[in-house]
Amino acid sequence: MNFDKKEFQDLLDSIHFIYGYDFTDYSEASLRRRVEHFMTSRKMDDLTYLGRTLAKDERLFAEFVLEMSVTVTTMFRDPAFYKSIRENVTKRLATYPFIKIWIAGCATGQEVYSLAILLEEEGLLNRSIIYATDINQKSLQIAKEGVYSIDGLKEYTLNYQKAGGTKSFSEYYKAKYNHVMFDKSLKQNIVFSPHNLAVDQSFNEFQLIICRNVLIYFKQSLQNKVFDLFYDSLCPFGFLGLGNKESLLFSDKKKHFEDIDKREKIFMKKKISS
Amino acid sequence: MNKKKKYGAIVIGVSAGGLTALSFIFKKLPADFSIPIIVIQHRNTSQRDLLEEILQEKCKLKLKQADEKEKIKEGTIYIGPPDYHLLIESDHTFSLSSDARVKYSRPSIDVLFESASYVYQDRLVGIILTGANNDGSDGIKRIAKNGGMTIAQNPEDAEFPPMPEAAIATGSVRKILSLAEIQKCLLKINQE
Ligand SMILES: C[S@@+](CC[C@H](N)C(=O)[O-])C[C@H]1O[C@@H](n2cnc3c(N)ncnc32)[C@H](O)[C@@H]1O
Repeated sequence: MNFDKKEFQDLLDSIHFIYGYDFTDYSEASLRRRVEHFMTSRKMDDLTYLGRTLAKDERLFAEFVLEMSVTVTTMFRDPAFYKSIRENVTKRLATYPFIKIWIAGCATGQEVYSLAILLEEEGLLNRSIIYATDINQKSLQIAKEGVYSIDGLKEYTLNYQKAGGTKSFSEYYKAKYNHVMFDKSLKQNIVFSPHNLAVDQSFNEFQLIICRNVLIYFKQSLQNKVFDLFYDSLCPFGFLGLGNKESLLFSDKKKHFEDIDKREKIFMKKKISS
Repeated sequence: MNKKKKYGAIVIGVSAGGLTALSFIFKKLPADFSIPIIVIQHRNTSQRDLLEEILQEKCKLKLKQADEKEKIKEGTIYIGPPDYHLLIESDHTFSLSSDARVKYSRPSIDVLFESASYVYQDRLVGIILTGANNDGSDGIKRIAKNGGMTIAQNPEDAEFPPMPEAAIATGSVRKILSLAEIQKCLLKINQE
């Protein structure tokens, strides 16, 4: 399908207008691909028709929103990132009496349980609180339950070990039929809730914010907006962890952060604010 | 500023057997080769930028892994990072995505080719080299449909024929060439 630029823009504008979901600042090429995929799987080939149908059919729209967000994730994704958090960040976190962490765009929650396990092993979990947020309600529900298909377990275990895990990974879950369920004790200090990075405000001050593989879906303008939000939500010397291919390189907030680990994309907020 | 070239970008898709094929082509490209080249090579996730280091050793052009939001520049060869799809935006910057695999592949050649074709239309050259699957065939179709130039490595010349064969089977490939001929063809295209 070769979408007409204007028709595509009109579609996004009308979705914003009718439902309040703003996709206009998402990276266009992959969004276009997902729209295309949505249409082919429903045997549609006309953008204007899609726009009109979505406007009238709320259920179809709900499916549309789910398909527009990419939910791919895993436990200890990019193990070296977690290793670096362990080595470069946890010692400094330990100096706070109470540790507040925000994981933005947590998808189905594997990243959240990974961090909880890491904090537990560093003896910090009982005085931490992790706020885990996403716009996708269906993913958040799965995250809350903390029950995953057993198919991923091999990868999870391997990643845990590569990430510098100090125990046997099987201590953290119970396997039942085709599922693994993460231990309740990990959940005690986690709060899952909806939050839209494109429109919602800051809701607390954190020592660590982790937002990985979310910003790549945003245009530079929206990325900048989100970096401002993170900057405002971090305490002085607070840490920011991004995805492996994300950087502050092309953003206006670059000079307000210091590199902690360039390769693993971990930054620290400088004290002086401009 | 010299006059506008006929082609704005060259995209290459390659899988098994890729290192040898890419080294062969890049080795002989002159330092003033100006059309940007963007490559998807299927590879193992654990070697983050080994491929770039090895290939850079062998070529005179600047060669780097494509960065998120990076602007595409002349005289540069870009390689898509492992485990992410690479796409081109209308403002000629790269974007990455970890969407589901396409034809079991991430990065997917189809994803790059289709997004590049949307942006460059008939000013795009698409090349499929050696490989053991059928990634890239949909991308080649799209490029041909939008009036771009399509090339496949001659299966007899390819270490792993299935990928160029699948591209050729679509009926959308304009030229079937050996690596040496592709090399010459690129030099010619750069003059157009
Ligand atoms: C590829 S997942 C990343 C999951 C996890 N952070 C990781 O790195 O594995 C991207 C997530 O970003 C979420 N997302 C997309 N747009 C968002 C927005 N505007 N606000 C909050 N989350 C968003 C999606 O719903 C999805 O769950």
